[in-house]
Amino acid sequence: MADILARPDGVAAWRRNWAHAVLPLAILAATLFIQGPLAHLPDWAVVPLADWVGGGLNWFAREATIGGVKVADITRALATAAEMPIDWLKVLLAEGWVTGAGFNKMHIAPPLSWLGVILATSLLALRLSGRGLALLTLLAGAYLVFFGLWLSAMTTLASVVLCVITALALGLAMGIWAYRSPGAEAVLRAVMNIMQTVPVFSYLLPTLLLFGYGPSAALFATVVYALPPMVHATVLALRSVPAETLELARMTGCSRAQTLLKVELPVATPRLAIGLNQVVMMTLNMVIIASMIGAGGLGYDVLRALRRLDFGAGFEAGMGIVALAVVLDRLTQVAAHNQSTGRRGLWKRRDTAIAVLLLLVPTAASLAVPAFATWPDGWTLTTAPFWNGAVSFINQNFYGPLEAIRTATLLGVMNPFRDLLLAAPWSAVVLLVALAGYALGGLRTAFSVALLMLFIVVTGYWEAAMSSVYLTVLSVALALAIGLPFGIWVSAHPRLHQPVQLVLDTLQTLPTLVYLLPAVMLFRNGDFSALIAIVSYAIAPAVRYGMAGMAHVPSERIEAGIMSGCTPWQTFRFVRLPSSLPTLILGINQTVMMALSMLVIAALVGTRELGQEVYTSLARGETGPGIVAGLCVACIALVADALLKSGAARAARHEGAVHV
Amino acid sequence: MSEAHLISPSKAVEARPVALEAKGVWKVFGHGAGAFGQLPASARTPEALASAKLVGAVQDATFRIGRGEVFVIMGLSGSGKSTLLRCLTRLIEPTAGEVRYDGADILKLGDKPLVELRRRRMGMVFQHFALLPNRTVLGNVAFPLEVQGTPRAEAEARALELIETVGLKGREGRFPAELSGGQQQRVGIARSLTTNPEFWFLDEPFSALDPLIRADLQAEVLRLQKTHTRTVVFVTHDLDEAIRIADRIAIMEGGRIVQIGTPEELVTRPATDYVRRFVAKVSPARVVRVSSLMGPFGGGGVTAAVKADATISEIAPELVTATGPLAVVDPGGRQIGSLDRQRALATLAAGA
Repeated sequence: MADILARPDGVAAWRRNWAHAVLPLAILAATLFIQGPLAHLPDWAVVPLADWVGGGLNWFAREATIGGVKVADITRALATAAEMPIDWLKVLLAEGWVTGAGFNKMHIAPPLSWLGVILATSLLALRLSGRGLALLTLLAGAYLVFFGLWLSAMTTLASVVLCVITALALGLAMGIWAYRSPGAEAVLRAVMNIMQTVPVFSYLLPTLLLFGYGPSAALFATVVYALPPMVHATVLALRSVPAETLELARMTGCSRAQTLLKVELPVATPRLAIGLNQVVMMTLNMVIIASMIGAGGLGYDVLRALRRLDFGAGFEAGMGIVALAVVLDRLTQVAAHNQSTGRRGLWKRRDTAIAVLLLLVPTAASLAVPAFATWPDGWTLTTAPFWNGAVSFINQNFYGPLEAIRTATLLGVMNPFRDLLLAAPWSAVVLLVALAGYALGGLRTAFSVALLMLFIVVTGYWEAAMSSVYLTVLSVALALAIGLPFGIWVSAHPRLHQPVQLVLDTLQTLPTLVYLLPAVMLFRNGDFSALIAIVSYAIAPAVRYGMAGMAHVPSERIEAGIMSGCTPWQTFRFVRLPSSLPTLILGINQTVMMALSMLVIAALVGTRELGQEVYTSLARGETGPGIVAGLCVACIALVADALLKSGAARAARHEGAVHV
Repeated sequence: MSEAHLISPSKAVEARPVALEAKGVWKVFGHGAGAFGQLPASARTPEALASAKLVGAVQDATFRIGRGEVFVIMGLSGSGKSTLLRCLTRLIEPTAGEVRYDGADILKLGDKPLVELRRRRMGMVFQHFALLPNRTVLGNVAFPLEVQGTPRAEAEARALELIETVGLKGREGRFPAELSGGQQQRVGIARSLTTNPEFWFLDEPFSALDPLIRADLQAEVLRLQKTHTRTVVFVTHDLDEAIRIADRIAIMEGGRIVQIGTPEELVTRPATDYVRRFVAKVSPARVVRVSSLMGPFGGGGVTAAVKADATISEIAPELVTATGPLAVVDPGGRQIGSLDRQRALATLAAGA
């Protein structure tokens, strides 16, 4: 890669080579002699930021007043207000209208019958897409009903719907604001970057502190999590409105509101719909995590099963989330696709009437036949014993080989690498990374990555951070080693494109926690399970970008290579690889980001790094350490992002084109 | 085509009342462009521009367009023609200068009167059509009226009228994505005329279309102009198109207008080498009019009558069959001079 990135010419090249070769070696040599505070920061130098943040937040949530009103009262009022629509939706979908409790319990109206909901959704799928999606919707619905997950699923759906609506509205508003004011955009982008890289667990606790345990705390945390992609999508979508179309708005004398409502938003709708799809997926991703702070439903089922070590039940409920996710994902994707290809008028007025009938008739029937309202418990299926049996079978019969793989990897690769990173003096590591920043992106990049690293140093999380880096580097390397070649191979076989794309899409709809289950089933707790889970989660972007990189190579260039007599390997080495390098580097970047976001989830299986710090402080209710450790994870992510993005930009500059 | 030229000879243009006037319009890009605009007009020179490291997209554009005239701004890409058009409509704020509509400077207008001016008196056609993909043909054409708050029924009735005029009747329920490029631009044309504007701006309207469709739409523009004469500013990079449509053409090079004149003037008397190279391929017979070659009324001996404002190539059949000089008549049919056949044939042969 070095020969592509660096092309010597004159003084600049001399300076670059100097930065490339001599300095790193000198620093490496110096590390052998670095001792004392430059190798390990003494305790007195650590800034007790965690205490300050914790104290500050506690004060804010309990004591602070704004204009004589306690912040705590405001947030509790917000929580109550948010709970109302969730309750209405639950009444509609899951519980029915009930008054009183115990013996006085009265059913006034039943919830919408499962049959009606499934049929109406299938009709929607049929109209928007076709028979395939309608069938998929039926199957997913049937799974939820027959496995006795319907009530939980509808509770989840109620909060998902509300989260999506809130995130959509807020995201749109913020996106429009950022689009109109460059100053706001700079601020928002910085905040969003941090929000996207700070692990979710970090802000669960502050939300708990402010809103109390319950569905509304889960709602707020989820909205915070799902907001950044919507803001991003809104800004991009509005920017994509052609200049001529905006001129049209001015020439026809549109007011600001008319321009926004009649021109910009409608023209941007296809891209906004892609944002909607992302919000839905992010929200579903949060379902399990949100159940830790009081969202019920499927997420809670999974969590409870995990705590009981009942893998079978956890797996079933997890697949319930997947069923919900796949249907919602496909529906929103199809809607986005229809928007961008100009397929309209698919849903007619008659269809609305049919859908209402489909909803009302089974619901009315459920007054007479209770099975239409709630699937009787006695009729539910379960495969949990089978899965539990399979796990114990594997563990009984393959314990030896599995354990051998685990131990060999741990002792041979993982532990030595971790020890090496932990032994490296922080000053040398910071210098080396800053140097890499200088070589790739110049002085500014060097400066900002150094600052980010120093934040980790002074807050006292250096060692935990190095443990995180070790897990991330290993799992990214493994994911890339498997994913990139596979993606490149697939790109050469057009017939495989669609099936692989479908598998990748489905993998991305799985909630992160689902990846942990098989790893833990087979390899028990510990770093090795975490590694497997992270790799299997982060492999999707590696494959995706491997395919995309190769697809973006201009066909003329390949033809030129072939006509110059290149062998297939030479075409790859001299034409395809250089052309796709920027995309491939962005793929590495995406893989790193995915790995980091999984890292914190992987803390559940007992790793010892930043993610664990975040998770334990959540469990102990310590706000400060949770947030600061989370910020440290964000710092690692931002450093990797800065280095890899400038690397991609450099590669693209040589290429003369950026296809990002 | 000849009907459209009834109104076009250059003398008639001069006689028209001025509808739109640009006076020393500059559009300068770069750091410190504002300061350059504050300089006195005499200090705004290409040298000053270069020394301040500014880019002059439009430099000192000055011209008058008569009411009902078709004024074509023509130049290669990057010559500043589209920027000049946008300065005229104030889609781009000029750095300096005046743009007068019926004597009133649009650059001094506040937001409200400007919006009012654009709503009531201007229409614009865009290079890439700028149709709203979420609206049907009807919705697109009715859009300018809808923005003004015209009642829906009235707006749609007017829109249907225009859709019929541009030949898209029966397609008003389609979405833009379901139309061909030529049909889409017909929608664009219909939309720009919904409000029945006095000023019609067309920004390279046909350059995204293939040649046959382009010819159809040029004819369409001429036909619309004939039925309802508007003051037209038409930007193009295609000289053939310019000659076919224009009363007068302004040729731009590197931000400057190098010559303004009728097609005939440009071809027969190019002002600079640049214009000469530009028009070299144009056969003079296409642009030279009978009136330019007309001799005094000699009396007797004429064989056929030709119109004074016809081009030589238009009267080619008469020239071939005639045996002696031809009579030249004005639109009223009175003979006003005679045309020497040899001289006309020489023009017809030149550059052919």
